[in-house]
Amino acid sequence: MRVIIVGAGQVGSSIAESLDDDHEVVVIDTDDSRVESLTYSLDVLAIEGDGTSLATLREADVGAADLFIASTDDDETNIVTCATAKTASDAFTIARVRSTNYLQTWEESGGAFGVDFMVSTNLLAAETITRIIGLPAAQNVDVFAEGSVLLAEFCIPTNSPIAGQTVAEADDQFNELTVAAVLHEDGLIVPDGETKLATGDEIVVIGSAESTRAFAADLATDRDENRDVVIIGGSEIAVQTAELLEDRGLQPRLIENDPDRARELAERLPQTTVMSSDATDREFLTREHVGDADVAIAALGSDEKNLLASLLADRVGVDRTIAVVESGEYTDLFEAVGVDAAINPRDATAEEIIRFTLDGRMENVAIIDHDRAEVLEIQIDDDSALAGRPITDATDDLPARVTIGAITRDGEFITPRGDTVVEVGDHVVVFVETEAVDAVASRL
Amino acid sequence: MAVRVDVRTSASLLGTVLQALAVPLAALVGVAALYGDSLLPFVVPTLLSLAVGTGLQRFERSAPGPREAFLLVALAWLAVALVGTVPFVLTGAGVFASPVNALFESMSGITTTGATVITDFGLHSRSILLWRSVLQWLGGLGILVLAVGLLSELSVSGAQLMETETQTQDVTKLAPKIAETARLLGGIYTGLTGLMVVVLLVLAFGGLAPALSLYDAVAHALTAVSTAGFSPEAASIGAFSPAVQWATIPFMFVGATNFVLLYYLLQGDPSRLRASEEFRFYLAIVLGATALVAISLFVNDRFGTVETTLRHALFQVVSIVTTTGYATVDFDLWSPLSRHVLFVGMFVGGMAGSTTCSIKTVRWLVVLKAFRRDLFTAIHPEAIRPVRLTGSPVEESTIRDIYTYTLVSVVIFSLLTVFIVVDTTWSAVALSEFEAMGAAASTFLNIGPAFGFAGPYGSYAGFPVATKLVMTVLMWIGRIEIVPVLVLFTRAFWRS
Repeated sequence: MRVIIVGAGQVGSSIAESLDDDHEVVVIDTDDSRVESLTYSLDVLAIEGDGTSLATLREADVGAADLFIASTDDDETNIVTCATAKTASDAFTIARVRSTNYLQTWEESGGAFGVDFMVSTNLLAAETITRIIGLPAAQNVDVFAEGSVLLAEFCIPTNSPIAGQTVAEADDQFNELTVAAVLHEDGLIVPDGETKLATGDEIVVIGSAESTRAFAADLATDRDENRDVVIIGGSEIAVQTAELLEDRGLQPRLIENDPDRARELAERLPQTTVMSSDATDREFLTREHVGDADVAIAALGSDEKNLLASLLADRVGVDRTIAVVESGEYTDLFEAVGVDAAINPRDATAEEIIRFTLDGRMENVAIIDHDRAEVLEIQIDDDSALAGRPITDATDDLPARVTIGAITRDGEFITPRGDTVVEVGDHVVVFVETEAVDAVASRL
Repeated sequence: MAVRVDVRTSASLLGTVLQALAVPLAALVGVAALYGDSLLPFVVPTLLSLAVGTGLQRFERSAPGPREAFLLVALAWLAVALVGTVPFVLTGAGVFASPVNALFESMSGITTTGATVITDFGLHSRSILLWRSVLQWLGGLGILVLAVGLLSELSVSGAQLMETETQTQDVTKLAPKIAETARLLGGIYTGLTGLMVVVLLVLAFGGLAPALSLYDAVAHALTAVSTAGFSPEAASIGAFSPAVQWATIPFMFVGATNFVLLYYLLQGDPSRLRASEEFRFYLAIVLGATALVAISLFVNDRFGTVETTLRHALFQVVSIVTTTGYATVDFDLWSPLSRHVLFVGMFVGGMAGSTTCSIKTVRWLVVLKAFRRDLFTAIHPEAIRPVRLTGSPVEESTIRDIYTYTLVSVVIFSLLTVFIVVDTTWSAVALSEFEAMGAAASTFLNIGPAFGFAGPYGSYAGFPVATKLVMTVLMWIGRIEIVPVLVLFTRAFWRS
């Protein structure tokens, strides 16, 4: 597939990075130093130029492109770039935007501006955060099969009932749930029934929504449902998180230092109590009983501030802290020093965009642990190695170890166990290590 | 020091308004002829307003700014009141032998107050009594709203003029052109007035309103939708059958409902009216006050049947809260609870953007919400909580303006009360404190009847001359919501 990416900022480069192995990637950016560094760091063609100019797009051979991604930092540029590309190409165009206005217009008009798919980084990050809030103890949550299947990452806490059990024992305890992977210090394991679970392991589970919730609740015995949410910072991600929480009937609190911005947010968020204060003011945090909150989300302007704010929130007694991290390499670091979940807004955007590089039957993808593994949602056809066979027989034929995490048949959840027979038309959610994705995906 | 207000522009625009005033005056010449009344009382002011209007209009005119708009609004109401006085003075019948009474009646008319000095309705001609109603109809929606809608010369500066006349809210443009918006509002106003005439006549033909003539139907339709309250009958609406009384209630209520919401309702979109917090607040106040009054009437067993009790309770409450000022019975004879509920109701008023006067429900709603917010921020000092009205945040500066307006209104009311008490005492007129408060509120807030001898079946003629003059000025100030008049008395207004 020929992919053109306009804008080599963090999102653009990370998409280029995940696509450059299997696809022809052309990157366009106005900044010559970025272009130069990309030329050497990735196996892509980097062109210096303005993506809104047809001449530049022709130079990138836009006519031959299959996928066209506009991911500069400017909404209008991205939209105009897509519209320009449409004049010279039939490529599928994707525009990244921040503004929810454009997203709404695009959704309501069923594809305005010559944009075939519009993705809002901030909204995706906010959705990820609200999903994590909805699942106690989870570090990351993704949805498949229109919400009926959940993928969640947990860290097994001390005293957890499942610590010391084997995967088979854990699977038996929770119907409709499969442990798909275990992340040890020394790497990722696709477990078999005998794999032991230990305190401190990170595990990836796939299951029905109810069962995953029950599992999460069991894992985190001391955690109630997360109702009292404090959002620290007034970034767009913060606002959109607050909006999603309001939609769920919650009344979050939001702390923003700048009084004018706080007023603006208070006007946008009728159910949120907006407070104008420095979130690192301990006296303020104590007086407002921020420590009583179930969850604190740090969504300030910078990673450093988010780290400080979430550690401080943890110190004053907040049960669970979630921090937004702009630099992908810090997510592990954040989680290591005590932030319960670190969210990189670009991950969600990249996942969303990479979906379009998948072939037709694949409907969804989630990237696990910095692209060490992927979770795919695939509709089974006659050619699939899984079709009409029990899972144990089928998976033995595949070139690499996979875990079938969930099956949905006509909207019904089916728990995949060794003897389950997969039928044509089923949607399966499969966990695969990244290096084997292409080989496995072609057989499914 | 150069005067920074373009007085000539305001004068010229005023000339246009006065010229237009000749039209209803001329129509009354016809009415007077029809009833065989003297024509002179209407011929003179017709010619006067034409002559003065044409004279003023010759002044050089440029686009009016905020200062010119303030000046025009203040002067227009005053000038129309003065011209409106002429017919009363020229007849000189009964109380109108005194020019102060004539001026009071005219100002009470144009400001849609409805406080009358007439003691014996039998002394006055049909045309003069109708002139009172016509004055009120002209003042109901606002002189300038009508003028902007009717006079193409005013259309460019219309938004400025309409906004100055209605301090409560920004002008909501219903159409891209302001004159079209004014025409739509005027159309609703005229339509409702016409509808009321038809309804009353249908009742009359159906035998449900034996005492009601075409004249009565028109005279009351002109003063009901305009929430004004003059009636050619000494007994007000009480002179007519219960059916007429019931039929009048919705027209007063709708007259005090925001006309923009009525417009959308007529367009087949009731959602805005239903969603409006102000409307629900207004409705709740009317129903709550009615319940209190009805209970009090029941307990005192004043009226035998449930229907009579409810009718009188609802009618008086709607009449007072909407600032109309009709009556079906002499509520001055009611229990202290009922009378005080009505007294408090005087301060409420109907919705902004209607024909109502007084402080208006939107201001009270904002005051209540802002105060509740202040209680919250007393506990959470860092919390930023915008006051919302039907979901939309209200600017802090608007809240401040509303607090100020409400406070200033109450202060002016108190000072007027003190003045009335002192002046009546000096003039040896017997008046209780409560009656003085009632008369102060009823004139300044443009309601009409009060208590004591100024009650619904009484007359303001008994007040001393100084009190009547002060009341006249305060009806003027109150009707155009204080600011356009008081701003004229500031140094800043006249200088750069």
